[in-house]
Amino acid sequence: MSPNRLGEGEGAIRRERILSFTFDGKRYTGHPGDTLASALLAAGVRVVGRSFKYHRPRGILTAGSEEPNALVELRTGARREPNTRATVVELFDGLEALSQNRWPSLLVDFGAINSLLSPIFIAGFYYKTFMWPAAFWEKVYEPAIRRAAGLGRASLEADPDTYEKAHAFCDLLVVGGGPAGLAAALAAGRAGARVILCDEDFLLGGRLNGDRHEIDGKGGGHWARQIAEELASLPEVRVMTRITVFGAYDGNTFGALERVADHLPVPAAHQPRQRLWKIVARRTVLAAGALERPIVFGGNDRPGVMLASAVRTYVNRFRVTPGRRTAVFTTCDDGWKTVFDLLDARVDVPVVVDARREIPAALANEASRRGLRVMLGAQILDAHGAKGVGAIDVRDERGRTLRIAADALAVAGGWSPNAALSTHLGGRPQWSDAIHAHVPGDLPRGMIAVGGAAGDFSLAGALRAGAAAGLEAARAAGFEAPAQSPPRVDDEAVGCAPLWFVAGARGKAFVDPQHDVTIKDVAVATREGFQSAELLKRYTTLGMGTDQGKTSALNGHALVAALTGRAPSDLGTIASRPPYTPVAIGALAGMHRGAAFKPCRLTPSHRWAQSRGATFVDLGEWRRAKAFPLEGERDWKRTLVREVRGVRTGVGVCDVSTLGKIDVQGPDAGIFLDRVYANVMSSLPVGKARYGIMLREDGIVFDDGTVAHLAPGHFLLSTTSAHAVKVLQHLEHARQVLWPELDVQLASVTEQWAQFAVAGPRSRALLERLLRGAVDVSNAAFPYVACAEFQWQGRPARLFRISFSGELAYELAVPSTWGDATVRAIMTAGEDLGVVPYGMEALGTMRIEKGHLAGAELNGTTTAHDLGLGRMMSVQKDYIGRVLAGRPGLCAPDRPALIGVKPSRLDAKITAGAHFLRIGARPSLANDEGFVSSVTFSPTLGHWIGLGLLSGGPKRIGERVRAHDPLSGGDVEVEVEVVNPVFYDPDGKRLRD
Amino acid sequence: MRIECPFCGERDVSEFAYLGDAGYRRPPADSQGLAERFYEAVYLRENPAGPHQELWYHAAGCLSWLRVTRNTRTHEIIAVGLATQAPGS
Repeated sequence: MSPNRLGEGEGAIRRERILSFTFDGKRYTGHPGDTLASALLAAGVRVVGRSFKYHRPRGILTAGSEEPNALVELRTGARREPNTRATVVELFDGLEALSQNRWPSLLVDFGAINSLLSPIFIAGFYYKTFMWPAAFWEKVYEPAIRRAAGLGRASLEADPDTYEKAHAFCDLLVVGGGPAGLAAALAAGRAGARVILCDEDFLLGGRLNGDRHEIDGKGGGHWARQIAEELASLPEVRVMTRITVFGAYDGNTFGALERVADHLPVPAAHQPRQRLWKIVARRTVLAAGALERPIVFGGNDRPGVMLASAVRTYVNRFRVTPGRRTAVFTTCDDGWKTVFDLLDARVDVPVVVDARREIPAALANEASRRGLRVMLGAQILDAHGAKGVGAIDVRDERGRTLRIAADALAVAGGWSPNAALSTHLGGRPQWSDAIHAHVPGDLPRGMIAVGGAAGDFSLAGALRAGAAAGLEAARAAGFEAPAQSPPRVDDEAVGCAPLWFVAGARGKAFVDPQHDVTIKDVAVATREGFQSAELLKRYTTLGMGTDQGKTSALNGHALVAALTGRAPSDLGTIASRPPYTPVAIGALAGMHRGAAFKPCRLTPSHRWAQSRGATFVDLGEWRRAKAFPLEGERDWKRTLVREVRGVRTGVGVCDVSTLGKIDVQGPDAGIFLDRVYANVMSSLPVGKARYGIMLREDGIVFDDGTVAHLAPGHFLLSTTSAHAVKVLQHLEHARQVLWPELDVQLASVTEQWAQFAVAGPRSRALLERLLRGAVDVSNAAFPYVACAEFQWQGRPARLFRISFSGELAYELAVPSTWGDATVRAIMTAGEDLGVVPYGMEALGTMRIEKGHLAGAELNGTTTAHDLGLGRMMSVQKDYIGRVLAGRPGLCAPDRPALIGVKPSRLDAKITAGAHFLRIGARPSLANDEGFVSSVTFSPTLGHWIGLGLLSGGPKRIGERVRAHDPLSGGDVEVEVEVVNPVFYDPDGKRLRD
Repeated sequence: MRIECPFCGERDVSEFAYLGDAGYRRPPADSQGLAERFYEAVYLRENPAGPHQELWYHAAGCLSWLRVTRNTRTHEIIAVGLATQAPGS
């Protein structure tokens, strides 16, 4: 069942427990500590996926998150997740995985015919092949490409799991839990600094788990676990595993994704699947290690070809070998570790091909002692085998080619620092001739790279640099930190000669196996002039896969360099961008989805409205009662007509608490208001309210509302519900930035006061009963636009005689905690007056009947003139917007201006958004004369009415035009008559009685 | 990005609203060529690559308008002061 599991040694798996899982429906077993990749390898599964373009069989290349090939679909149903890397999937009992991008099955894939069509799929093929005919793109090419070149399939069901967000702050963030990172965390942690250490693996130790090292006389993995124990005992140190620091952001902020439950079948109760961290760190130690590079040769994508360090990880950590006859192809000393680890695990190594003509004597001696077949100055040309490596062609130093049987091949091309996080803020890595790779260049402030991430590939160097960086961070945070002697480790050879690709291969040689970019593709791109790193990437798609070219970009650049006679350093680099590894959208959304997508603000009367069977509508963040249908009232129009008539003939009540309320106090409050409103406010006597408009400095209307003068030096403004926050920001800007010399203070009191409109001819009678003399509401004592502050039932209350409905009306304000009691009291007091609760529908209908403005008219493009409010613009004072409102373009007589419309045939309906056209004019942009902004069925008039902005505005009253609406699906055209926008009681008599 | 509000301390950028160039001066009502001067004040703003004085509003905090000196190349926050205080004071 597990032919490739090595017989002895524990590694980091627990053999006593057996975990069962399926891959493509077939059952396999593994152990705790396995990844899906190691368990598949142990079972002898070689092909785990099909490639993107050519559908070639692919296996496992790496043992980490840089994996380009082994992408699988994990789990089933709603939890199905595509493109997970088998190399980082922690095995659990019952795991279900499927291979991707194959049809009908993994081993027999018809898409592989694409391989024969490879001349079509050459570099830039999207740009060349699918150019014409244009009509083919949407109908033929795109669907075909999407079907053929897909990766995994996303689940189409809603994700049943939750995701959450968390914040953390620390003196030192250590990225990577290998030897350098552990040493850094330990040094800073012992000094008392707040340390967070993050590692993407589920086992701390990094290469110490994959390699055989001795530290202080103990095995490297043992040392790592000992340090982890000490770190866990330090109260200010937090060690997190299964977490990837995926991005560096401004202000020493880092994004990290913790996979809380990805290693479990389903998350534990009340646990999220993943947690998105925002970590703010004074200092950062980048100890993310290094990534091993492949060497590009013919058939280098065949299952069984694996990075040499990954082979060691599988052998030492997972006790698995990728093959029983594993050849090694190296260009550096590091690859020889794989040779000896394989031999010590009793795996046959048929040949070691080292591209260098000379190797250190110690290696040569050890090789001859063990009787190894070594070919120096040789290269592997091709790997053969349909479903995995079966043989390799080696070209020896004299140019002769011979074929050697092998069922796996370990490839060691040298190491490149994993410097991704150092480039996220714009830093560019620099070329190092010493290691033939890029090392971190200008690092973000507060970040230091150590160990492999800094290009220092020796264990002793990593431990030393890590400890020094940890100490330095602790001292910078103000902690006393004595230096400590570093642990004892052996020296190791880290020599490396560059070898990026092998010339003269016969088979396809893949530079980027995930996107199926071959040497030939890169050569074509180079010939066609795409010779810089950035152009190469876009033209060939090299490095644009889910792995973002972690194992392919540098080889591609070196290839272009060789083809154009330059050094790899001349090509520049591509700065990697966040995220380092893919982050699910669900994790970024966190809790903010569904009902929690945005805050829901409830009005003070919400529960009362619910109890009355109200329907609700979300407007911005507010949830407001839309209508109060009576039982059996199924038609919305019947409810609307009843509510509007109830107000117009009797009395109604509506919660208007959502209007913004801004308290303005101070000796200069009047002067201040004069400067921010277009009309004069300082002349407003105490006890009166006035309608006002605010402009933006560019002359466009910003907001409207009322100003009430409650007491000397004390005003209360109302704003539209939508603009409450923006108006306060605007006023604070005026107060703090424009005129800091004015003695005036502002405070938002929107949520502190509940406010109810009591509207209709019987509203006075209702309030007399309700307030019982707390304030005299007679017309003489409390005329139109009066306002008062008073005590009612031992609590503060405010009354305003203002009207949005056009009827005799009041607005009563009480502290918001008394809102519910107050609306119930209003209903009780008005019971025998026939008081009707009314909602947003009736409110909106009555405001259109009165020609009042709302968001559709105050839309950020209209001037006071456009809205018929030109008279309000004071000529006696300066105010925000005055000067630029006078620009010729904003005063042009043909600008669309506010008018009312009614259908010529009274049974016709008008739609909002319909555009005005002259009768007989063709519908075109040139003939456009404005649009309908608001519509309603008017219960008072018995037909549809609308407000709109029409070129020429009120001058055209009496004219007939067409309202043209090709989008709504109903009548495309309705003939309408242009009328006065105030449909109801144009003289305002009803307000004043 | 993090901004050190003089009242609230160092806070995440998501708490702040951005306005732009802090060099904006509203022309006095009695100045000559008002329309032209307002046009320039409203529409023509400095947008340098490097240190730049900007107005930020601590919308989810103390509602202070802040004069923030930020390097637009690196997003480094160099200095933060209250907008009520003239620059340099």
